Amino acid sequence: MDAEALVALIPRLRRYARALTGERFRADDLVQDTLERAIAKWSLWRPGTDLRAWTFTIMHNVYVNQVKRSVLAAESLDPDAGMETEDSGASADTLAQLSALNEALQRLPEEQRAVLLLVTLEGFSYDEAAHTLGLPIGTVMSRLARARARLAALLEGESAQATPAVQLKVVK
Amino acid sequence: MSFSETDIHRLIDGELPPEMAGQVAAWVAADAGRVRLAQACREQRELLHDRYDALLGEPVPAAMLRTVRDGPKRARHAANQSMFRRTAGVVLLAGACTAGGWFGHARLGGGAQVPAADSLAALSQRAAVAHAVFSPEVRHPVEVTASDEAHLVRWLSNRLATPVRAPALGPQGFQLVGGRLLPGEDRPVAQFMYQNGAGKRLTLYVSTLAPSAATRETAFRFERYRNVNTFYWAQENRAYALSGDLGREELMPVVRSVYEQLGMPADGPAATPAKDKP
Repeated sequence: MDAEALVALIPRLRRYARALTGERFRADDLVQDTLERAIAKWSLWRPGTDLRAWTFTIMHNVYVNQVKRSVLAAESLDPDAGMETEDSGASADTLAQLSALNEALQRLPEEQRAVLLLVTLEGFSYDEAAHTLGLPIGTVMSRLARARARLAALLEGESAQATPAVQLKVVK
Repeated sequence: MSFSETDIHRLIDGELPPEMAGQVAAWVAADAGRVRLAQACREQRELLHDRYDALLGEPVPAAMLRTVRDGPKRARHAANQSMFRRTAGVVLLAGACTAGGWFGHARLGGGAQVPAADSLAALSQRAAVAHAVFSPEVRHPVEVTASDEAHLVRWLSNRLATPVRAPALGPQGFQLVGGRLLPGEDRPVAQFMYQNGAGKRLTLYVSTLAPSAATRETAFRFERYRNVNTFYWAQENRAYALSGDLGREELMPVVRSVYEQLGMPADGPAATPAKDKP
């Protein structure tokens, strides 16, 4: 196996995990678990295919399982769980105090956050993102548009007093 | 040709063939709303890179490098896991009669690929339960009090069959109350209790790791069970969980201090329990 090819991906895995989880320790945990899984499944990787996409797919699966498991294990691990999809306005004050971008990202539904980060931060094509997440490309595009609109709204909320919110709904 | 909002995203993300990109760009430029959307998308991308690209330049943690470069060794290790699970199954039968089932039992049969994560998570639950059970105690919070700290540490070290220490958390405002021995999943564990001036209590739960545990060093993990916040991690073949009804930001500096002290040699500055008290 080409261990060094996987080693070379670690910084990108860490960057993505950090933005995905919003926490340094959880992120490195996720990367560590992902690497262990990748090593255990190494025989399933076909040389010549995209190692990056394969590894990010593993990370995505590990992450989804971790989220599921923690929700099952303890009724509410995340004090903000459940408010991520529909809360509005209430977050304006806290957003200003905390790292606004990180906080806003964590308020996106997980599936929107993953698409947004793969495309904008990691530079995946829509097609690569669709393969990585196991989604139809149309779903990738609609989630991406929703993620951007929602993130913009959350970031605007932070400075709502200063400037009127930018409307991200656009005409045909 | 008519375009849609989707085309703006495709333009920003470089998903359009060059000739179409030009047309869409012209179409965007003709409308202030479209310009704003395109601009917002570009700004988000820059923001994300500004915020997270620093990670690309950070040194990769040694544990990650080991995991990848020692790959084959780990594969052998996974084969040993089945033996661990057989043993653990027997212990589960015994354990079910005692402390089991508070928050749902540890998943002993969990996937072979991340056994350490599973058993560590289970440990953090037991630590949180132990915290919830003992920290409200007014008269009997501990078995052995801090006034007999040297004895406490010797006793727990003997029972865990490994040297354990009660880190000094004075700088964080917490004094040692004492400690007790508890049943863990399949072995004895130690619990140290601390209290601050406001009467808030912390407990440090210490266990040895199973010989088969795949991960002997981990990053800090965080869980919240009911009202108890718990950080847990593996360090030098031991698993630790620090629990308290404190906010996680208050807990974090304490966790760091514990981690740093326990990482020092036993004769380092943290080794308070070495000398007997009168």
